[in-house]
Amino acid sequence: MKRHLLSAGDLTRDDAELILSTAAELRELADRPIKKLPALRGRTVVNLFFEDSTRTRISFEAAAKRLSADVINFAAKGSSLSKGESLKDTALTLEAMGADAVVVRHGASGAPHRLANSGWVRSSVVNAGDGTHEHPTQALLDAFTMSRHLGTGPKGSLDGRRIAIVGDVLHSRVARSNALLLHTLGAEVTLVAPPTLFPVGVESWPVEISYDLDAVIPKADAVMMLRVQRERMSGGFFPTAREYSRRYGLDGRRMATLQDHTIVMHPGPMVRGMEITADVADADRSVIVEQVTNGVAVRMAVLYLLLGGSEPAVGGEE
Amino acid sequence: MPAHPQHVPDSPTSGPLASADISRVVLDDSDITRALTRIAHEILERNKGAADLVLLGIPTRGVPLAERIAARIAAVEGDDVPVGSLDVTMYRDDLRMKPARALLPTQIPASGIDGRTVVLVDDVLFSGRTIRAALDALNDIGRPRAVQLAVLVDRGHRELPIRADFVGKNLPTSLVETVKVSLAGVDEVDAVTIQGPAGGEVTA
Repeated sequence: MKRHLLSAGDLTRDDAELILSTAAELRELADRPIKKLPALRGRTVVNLFFEDSTRTRISFEAAAKRLSADVINFAAKGSSLSKGESLKDTALTLEAMGADAVVVRHGASGAPHRLANSGWVRSSVVNAGDGTHEHPTQALLDAFTMSRHLGTGPKGSLDGRRIAIVGDVLHSRVARSNALLLHTLGAEVTLVAPPTLFPVGVESWPVEISYDLDAVIPKADAVMMLRVQRERMSGGFFPTAREYSRRYGLDGRRMATLQDHTIVMHPGPMVRGMEITADVADADRSVIVEQVTNGVAVRMAVLYLLLGGSEPAVGGEE
Repeated sequence: MPAHPQHVPDSPTSGPLASADISRVVLDDSDITRALTRIAHEILERNKGAADLVLLGIPTRGVPLAERIAARIAAVEGDDVPVGSLDVTMYRDDLRMKPARALLPTQIPASGIDGRTVVLVDDVLFSGRTIRAALDALNDIGRPRAVQLAVLVDRGHRELPIRADFVGKNLPTSLVETVKVSLAGVDEVDAVTIQGPAGGEVTA
């Protein structure tokens, strides 16, 4: 039985808490002189990136290397994919090379699911972002960061914490994965966006929705700003960038209405001046840089729990 | 009939074997207290004091043992000895043979271990594999001047050339028995018990 991490929704609360507590131990590694553990010696992790990415790919690469795995980076540009090779043939190549885990980012929603369930590969598949669908490790690192700042009790529980996720929900895989995971962990999520940037069917998500940022953020414990994904937009979703910033951007004036303990998050890459102003991004309550550091620890935890033992300790069924 | 006698005694013995697993206490709370006090004194004697000592407990039960030993050293010498914990999960040689296990805390005292004498503390010394993993883990953290090993119980059956420097109690056991250490704080009471089939101690 092979297991994968395809969706944040596949994780039970126990799974998610195991990943977060494992990440908490692995986070300490960053402070040691030798940032390396032998757990995945001799295992091969392939980073299969069909879409551009800086922080996610580097983060997965660092995570795998710190666990002593061999890492093969595979970017669509400059590979046979640009010559027209299909996902299936790429997958068969990886299988022939003996990959133990494939970390896949793809522009098409569902591509990691296809890879995991087609029978093409025997390796564990980790979704590193598929289209506008999901990005489960980002949600895990966000939850981990929140837990460190807002968590209560020995396990850093997020029960009852109010999280506002603001911006381009329609195109955001981060928003969907976060909504699912944070709900699993007991937090109350409110999505804030203009009506045009909510996906169809958002009513069925386990969240509140709002069009009014000023009404939501004074009650929030964490405010997560999302980038407006212009590259995925074909039509006019809002009149002008300036109007969007004024109604849905986080600026110094809005930041002043936050509670003292409230943290500001952003999955990156940020567009300063659009969804977030520079003074907010660089404020003390901004944990955006810490999110990146935590990303390595969380991805180490995921890789360790999927590959470290004889069978995975977490994740959805095949 | 003559062909069957071997089978006949089997059935009466397998009954009690399965049902009557016995559990006997070999160390009670005062025995454990005395053993730890002696270990604390032996550590001080061997190292000529508490200077440069670091106690690292191996989770779970090595950690409260290390804390208790440190408290006794502090009572005798007046010096506070740094105490930490060292999780060896990722260094185990059987990591690949079981489902991935949850990690336990590793807390290295802020003063570090470089150039110091590290005393590893664990509850039971058995195959020696945990200690081998601990030595590998230490290697990634720093370079101690010396590493010593203190255990509450040495039950024998070593599979690696490893021995303890300080032993609470040598406990000859059979491989079919299990030794269970309970410590207040982690468990309800202080006790060391042997669990095994009736008559198990005869084979020890």
